[in-house]
Amino acid sequence: MANNNAPTSGFYANPVVKWIEYRLPVFSTLDHMVGSKYPTPKNLNYWWNFGSLAGLCLVVQILTGIVLVMHYTPHTSLAFDSVEHIMRDVNYGWLLRYMHANGASMFFIVVYIHIFRGLYFGSYKSPRELLWFLGVIILLLMMATGFMGYVLPWGQMSFWGATVITNLFSALPVVGDPIVHWLWGGFAVDNPTLNRFFSLHYLLPFVLVGVIILHVLALHQFGSNNPQGIDVKGPQDTIPFHPYYTIKDAVGVGFFLLFFSFFIFYAPNFLGHPDNYIPANPLVTPAHIVPEWYFLPFYAILRSVPDIWFIEAKLGGVLAMFGAIAILFLLPWLDTSKVRSARFRPIYKQLTWVFLITCIGLGYSGGMPAEGLPLIIGKICTVYYFLHFLVVMPLVGWFEKPTKLPASISEPVLKAQAAE
Amino acid sequence: MAGTAPHSQAGNAAPTRRDFIVITASAFGAVGAAAALWPFVHQMNPSADVLALSSTELDLSHIATGQSVTVLWRGKPVFVRHRTAEEIAQAKKDDTAALPDPAKDETRVKKPEWLVMMGVCTHLGCVPLGQKGDFGGWFCPCHGSHYDTSGRIRKGPAPLNLPIPEYTFLSDTRIRIG
Ligand code: FES
Repeated sequence: MANNNAPTSGFYANPVVKWIEYRLPVFSTLDHMVGSKYPTPKNLNYWWNFGSLAGLCLVVQILTGIVLVMHYTPHTSLAFDSVEHIMRDVNYGWLLRYMHANGASMFFIVVYIHIFRGLYFGSYKSPRELLWFLGVIILLLMMATGFMGYVLPWGQMSFWGATVITNLFSALPVVGDPIVHWLWGGFAVDNPTLNRFFSLHYLLPFVLVGVIILHVLALHQFGSNNPQGIDVKGPQDTIPFHPYYTIKDAVGVGFFLLFFSFFIFYAPNFLGHPDNYIPANPLVTPAHIVPEWYFLPFYAILRSVPDIWFIEAKLGGVLAMFGAIAILFLLPWLDTSKVRSARFRPIYKQLTWVFLITCIGLGYSGGMPAEGLPLIIGKICTVYYFLHFLVVMPLVGWFEKPTKLPASISEPVLKAQAAE
Repeated sequence: MAGTAPHSQAGNAAPTRRDFIVITASAFGAVGAAAALWPFVHQMNPSADVLALSSTELDLSHIATGQSVTVLWRGKPVFVRHRTAEEIAQAKKDDTAALPDPAKDETRVKKPEWLVMMGVCTHLGCVPLGQKGDFGGWFCPCHGSHYDTSGRIRKGPAPLNLPIPEYTFLSDTRIRIG
């Protein structure tokens, strides 16, 4: 990226650009990151849109968040009212808050699809393990940020969600209670808790930006994976990111904004919970506490674990819930198959859909009261969730016979053309 | 002098005075960094004013038999229940039942008709509902924990009985919690 090999024609011939580029190679750096100097496999499909969509979501969250803070007051006696003030009095406050609240859901939808894309096409496999790790860290940061953000309006769900989730740490032996009091800054969720959550909710998105830069850096080391899951053999297999994929991403952005706008303008509270329009009351717990929809699968796992030997249900549930994410770090080694893309893995291909159904089952169970059929579904899905990673993945990798891989990314395209 | 001697040859692992200085300096640096970190961690613990808010008084004379009141103590609800004769009898009878967290009813009260305990589910901290559930005591709607008429856990994911806060009878009709 040194300026001595930067191009000198076209855009770079502009004297201002030239002057800046000579002193700070910002244009050529960007061009290598997301521009015409980033060679990308030429067969990427629309599932590859979700990475840049996730970036867009983060930008929307940061921009709307910064302006919401101009009107919000992080104090237990004023927080709820200041949110109502934003909704009723602040110019376009309703729009900005609905963008922010629904934007969080959009961010998770996009990221969950992005992760599932990675699972299906084997994007976590060597040599992209660290890229995958950074992705899991991004997911964890997003969860922490989303959780703390949901506490800020100081409604009933905010308060009781914060109480239940922080109490998870009390399950740890010995250090549990001191940790919980440390998190709260008191003996219950109260003003100190609200203040620190506000501070961290403002900080973490910028930490996310940093980790995302590392994620993109790791991505560029070996380039994007692709639907065939085979390595790029040479320049004939790639096209420049700009203009080809910037255009393709723009198409995705258009559809995404339509989807996002539908929620903002026609169903702004569909993904939220009515109880959060009741101010927090430490004396009354709502009859049915549920977290935000994007946490439901993990919440189901928390509730599905019974007493096992000497581990009581509370600790077991907490370990399983955190384990459900931690296990993603082991994924590159639990999957023993050398073939990346599920397209060439007849058995694994079916199982990824089984896994998706499992996750949806967990989400359903997590949203229902913990009794009867939903609880049973939750238990079955919890068991399969872990079996999928710990048993099914290693075994299928060993026993499955993959179908024949194409010789190169270009080959299937050229064959199809010849057949026409 | 060792300090001015030529550097030890490659492969010579004998520690020199310089190694000693490097190791001790780094160790002191690490201790200093850890000490500097502590205020940043400790500031999150309960502050002096939060610790000072530690007691609440309550007049019991207005609470009829079979009634409960909930008071806020240290930001958490405390249940004060004037138990009926049947509830007391049931609680005594259950002393011998299968209890996940065994405790006799008499150890959980100062006067049998007054049950004073934290209204915080020992599972994940919700406030249980009174006179509900399978055992005539409290029921936590969050994840389905049942407590009996002595506030002992009987069924569900909560591991422990509802805790008893520190309290004293100032007179027959007045208590101080904390
Ligand atoms: S908090 Fe009471 S059962 Fe979970």
